[in-house]
Amino acid sequence: MSSERFTFTVDGVPVEAEPGQTVVEACDAAGIYIPRLCHHPDLPPVGHCRVCTCVIDGRQTAACIMPAAKGMVVENNTPALNAERRTLIEMLFAEGNHFCQFCEASGDCELQALGYLFGMVAPSFPHLWPERPVDASHPDVYIDHNRCILCSRCVRASRTLDGKSVFGFEGRGIDMHLTVTGGHLDESALAAADKAVAACPVGCIVIKRTGYRTPYGRRRYDEAPIGSDITARRGGAKD
Amino acid sequence: MAKPKLATCALAGCFGCHMSFLDIDERIVELIDLVDLDVSPLDDKKTFDGMVDVGIVEGACADERHVKVLREFRAQCRILVAVGACAINGGIPSLRNLAGLEACLKTAYMDGPTVEGGGLIPNDPELPLLLDKVYPVQEFVQIDHFLPGCPPSAETIWAALKALLTGTQPQLPYSLFKYE
Repeated sequence: MSSERFTFTVDGVPVEAEPGQTVVEACDAAGIYIPRLCHHPDLPPVGHCRVCTCVIDGRQTAACIMPAAKGMVVENNTPALNAERRTLIEMLFAEGNHFCQFCEASGDCELQALGYLFGMVAPSFPHLWPERPVDASHPDVYIDHNRCILCSRCVRASRTLDGKSVFGFEGRGIDMHLTVTGGHLDESALAAADKAVAACPVGCIVIKRTGYRTPYGRRRYDEAPIGSDITARRGGAKD
Repeated sequence: MAKPKLATCALAGCFGCHMSFLDIDERIVELIDLVDLDVSPLDDKKTFDGMVDVGIVEGACADERHVKVLREFRAQCRILVAVGACAINGGIPSLRNLAGLEACLKTAYMDGPTVEGGGLIPNDPELPLLLDKVYPVQEFVQIDHFLPGCPPSAETIWAALKALLTGTQPQLPYSLFKYE
């Protein structure tokens, strides 16, 4: 396999990849962070959120679903792309009801961490204040639909990793929403240990009685921005 | 040269941002060397005598009085800073947007467990008229700087205020930039 390795560039930096890797996978391995929200390393990529959009050979493309190819030229960390990524994050904040101040996921939330990364201070769009339900019927897990960003990680994790297909989507456009097979969580096969629960990047699917356990200052994104774990793989390289 | 003037106000919020501001502890002595406090709930000065250099707005707009105070601050402050989640996003007061104003008032004043004899939604003309929704301040006036946080820590407020009062742009380090 290693005999077929090839090279492409990201912001001018050569990145080695092997056949079958997507741009995001190859960059992750090389220690170059491409911001993403719906992508999860254990799940098949779907290109839902578009946060990982890069300019690849002159075209804007979601890097999580784009296979890496020899000689590819990728622009990732540019002011223009990061401004568009910030707009995407602002739209997600405006579309749902995201109250960081009392959310169990604060400090561990990927949506919030991307807001920090892109310097989002105030919403550019008026909040929509949608009316969304909370499903607390399950003994160990609850879903707060106010916080759902439709990343589909739980849908994919439940299907491919848990073998349960607990979650799905209904509706189109602004009416699209997460659904639970059986109607309510307590009628589903979901268990707190399921990968679908852990896959949630925000505070939508939460294990009960575990909130606020990690003190302020020691949570995942308190001190280091999201993606620091990936850029740390670059070793001595700067950036 | 006269010291720059600082004004603060608290709209719909919990006063937590002002408390966090006071949490600068002994640096308040340094602050007094840097500024003169103008209109503020901290010194109870109610009206402006002229332009102020920096205005700090805590809280969201939930009623007509908040909008009036906010517009006055915009008119009287050269630099206006929105401080905290309520001012920037609506914060906790904006939870009422999810239920609707009428339902909230009805629950509190008509259907509450301690209500006797049918209850009455307060309608005294002295009371400021509630807005249909709770709005972030930037939906009414131009805001020059935003300090997110619920509340922003004393360090955050201090760092930003000191920068503004000494004529530089506030640059918050990662650890001080929080939405909670």
